[in-house]
Amino acid sequence: MATAAPTAPGAAGDDAPAPVDNPRPRWRGGETRAALLFVAPAMIGFLAFFAWPTLRGLYLSFTDYDLLTSADFSGLDNYRRLLEDEVFWNSLWVTLKYVVINISVQTFAALLLAVLIHRLTRSVVLRGIILLPYLISNVVVALLWYWMADYNLGVINEMLGWVGFDPVAFFGDESWSIPTLALVNVWRHLGYTALLIFAGLQMINRDVYEAAAVDGAGEVRIFFRITLPLLRPVMALVLVLTVIGSWQIFDTVAVTTQGGPVDATRVVQYYIYDQAFNRFDFGYASAISVVLFLILAGVALAQLKLLRADESDQS
Amino acid sequence: MRTTTPRRTTPRRSAPRRSVPRRLVAVAGCLSLGALLSGCGSALGDDPDTVDYWLWDANQQPAYQECADRFEERNPDLEIRIEQRGYDDYWNGLALGFVAESAPDVFTNHLSKYPEYVTRDLLLPLDEYVERDEVPLDIYEEGLADLWLGEDGLRYGLPKDWDAVGIFYDRATLAEAGVDESTLDELTWNPDDGGSYEELIARLTVDVNGVRGDEPGFDPGRVETYGLWLEMTDGFNHGQTQYAMYAYANGWQATDSNPWGREFHFDDPRFQETIAWWRGLIEKGYMPSFAAQRGVQSSDQLAAGNAALVTNGSWMTGTFFSYEGLDVGVAPTPIGPSGQRATMFNGLADSVYRGTDNPEAAWQWVRYLASPECQRIVGEHHVVFPAITEAWEIARGEFAADGVDVMPFTRHVEEGTTELFPITDHSSEIAALMQPALEAVMSGREPVESLNGVNEEINRLFE
Repeated sequence: MATAAPTAPGAAGDDAPAPVDNPRPRWRGGETRAALLFVAPAMIGFLAFFAWPTLRGLYLSFTDYDLLTSADFSGLDNYRRLLEDEVFWNSLWVTLKYVVINISVQTFAALLLAVLIHRLTRSVVLRGIILLPYLISNVVVALLWYWMADYNLGVINEMLGWVGFDPVAFFGDESWSIPTLALVNVWRHLGYTALLIFAGLQMINRDVYEAAAVDGAGEVRIFFRITLPLLRPVMALVLVLTVIGSWQIFDTVAVTTQGGPVDATRVVQYYIYDQAFNRFDFGYASAISVVLFLILAGVALAQLKLLRADESDQS
Repeated sequence: MRTTTPRRTTPRRSAPRRSVPRRLVAVAGCLSLGALLSGCGSALGDDPDTVDYWLWDANQQPAYQECADRFEERNPDLEIRIEQRGYDDYWNGLALGFVAESAPDVFTNHLSKYPEYVTRDLLLPLDEYVERDEVPLDIYEEGLADLWLGEDGLRYGLPKDWDAVGIFYDRATLAEAGVDESTLDELTWNPDDGGSYEELIARLTVDVNGVRGDEPGFDPGRVETYGLWLEMTDGFNHGQTQYAMYAYANGWQATDSNPWGREFHFDDPRFQETIAWWRGLIEKGYMPSFAAQRGVQSSDQLAAGNAALVTNGSWMTGTFFSYEGLDVGVAPTPIGPSGQRATMFNGLADSVYRGTDNPEAAWQWVRYLASPECQRIVGEHHVVFPAITEAWEIARGEFAADGVDVMPFTRHVEEGTTELFPITDHSSEIAALMQPALEAVMSGREPVESLNGVNEEINRLFE
């Protein structure tokens, strides 16, 4: 695939004299065919499950489709309604709060964990253990924490009681529910994120560390002057992936708070689901999805630009 | 609907009737929507002689399996395939099944859901079949059969069971508080001071120092056992197990007419003073705060000693009485200012999906489910009260044999103190508006009067 592009213009027709070093146009060769064959399953999957639904969703966002009767074009009605929908704006705000808490805590903790693994241990078992929470299904994790953090029966409040604190309604209190959800998912994703960063750390040339040690730099200085700058491309990737994932928070909410108390955890994805599958308002749900898509595309682009993800400081 | 004139089932083992494009749509639907959510198993291997039947209560499955076995004995050319799904997934699965045209032929239907299915033309009217087979409709408990007459006057289901609400309590807790259980039968309630009902709730509330709610020095901020449990985690079901029994006993009506009301009365003072009283219990420390009640279900809270009284439905009887070491009793709902006690009265039915491959077979199964024979079997399993009078009396007897007196539920039917579940269109939108609004009131963030605005919004849905 990579070599096909440059040669293609020079070998556009059969009559053109073939370049000496390239007797047959590459793109007609067996190699390309094999490459296309390998790409095909992913491409079909992409077209069927991403491209087509995206286009259809875009179309449905301009209709009053209700899942069970045919879709009628309704112009910009859904988008106009969206502008005035307080629950929608609230859901954006709630999701943003979730993302900020989730990502900041998770990234900081994962970075710390990754550096610790990198600098202190070579144990594969330890790395495996760190990944364990990620191997448990989202729903199981959410429900386990839901019960552990229960106001009346949960073990967490029991332990808080031992040290003299009043019980906290982690999932039931409007001000606690979003931080609780965010931290539950930090717990689940921490190990995975740490391992991604750890992989990035392993790409950093060991010589740099030796040179720094010879020059007498301490661990903290090494971290800020060497590790962090050299890790930037990996961090950019990790952040883009986790932020986008974080914006799509749904399952944890669906099995625990279901949007409540009041609207405190009615995150965008849950609101979309609610509109589509509880109220059959697929047109409106599609419009919200389109807006969410635009927001995420913007966030990802901005992140890549800000973090100069395509450049490395390592030469 | 394919057949306008109902006809007898003839065995059709040959070519499946489902055309290729439809099957393709079903397959595509399965692939894109996820086999977990949609009814794909039934879509792909469909046989017109197999009737797919869905229900959500796992506790009831054995009873209906027994019915299915009997039915298959009588109709050797038909097969009943029962599928049980949890309540939330049940409705999602149905919706996706409707889209992929793979919904079950027959399914357990709820009064809060069926109006929206009728307006979307998803249910098969049963009138012609009922008339043709001369199915008696007067054998069911009064009112249950007519709940399933749509706004268009057509019949969309045959009744299977009914339920009522009562008060479950821990007998040991009552004995400790020195409360005579026989007084529970004559509890009175009013929205001003809560009557003898609130006195009982106060008496049963105990703070961390062992001081009772009706004693001096009671600390409402640190309660060990709440007199009454608040449960608002189940979604909005018109307060069925939460406030409906008080509000109705206060003379309130949910809608201008029922079924098919077009105007809700959440702005009625009788409703709002009921909610204000209810919320007041939280401030007094007799009921857990809205934030504190989220999580583990009320029956577990009773078993754990966190609550003394729990209002819940008759369908939970088996659950409440199954805790080891917990001695449970049931009391009727209190008598209100109207001079009567009240309970919401809800009945389920079995409906036929309009896109079924074999309407005749589906009808035969619905008819059997609604027959005295099957309902007697359901009564013997005594999880719920079947719709036919003689069948629920069997259930009452079976409960009594287990040492459970279900009179607090059945007396409502005998004394005529039931209020029908509000049947209206737009129920999912009403729930989406009402649930957060009620939560805001119960968590103390909004005044009770804030429900006026929501009521207006709800009523605009019907304009």
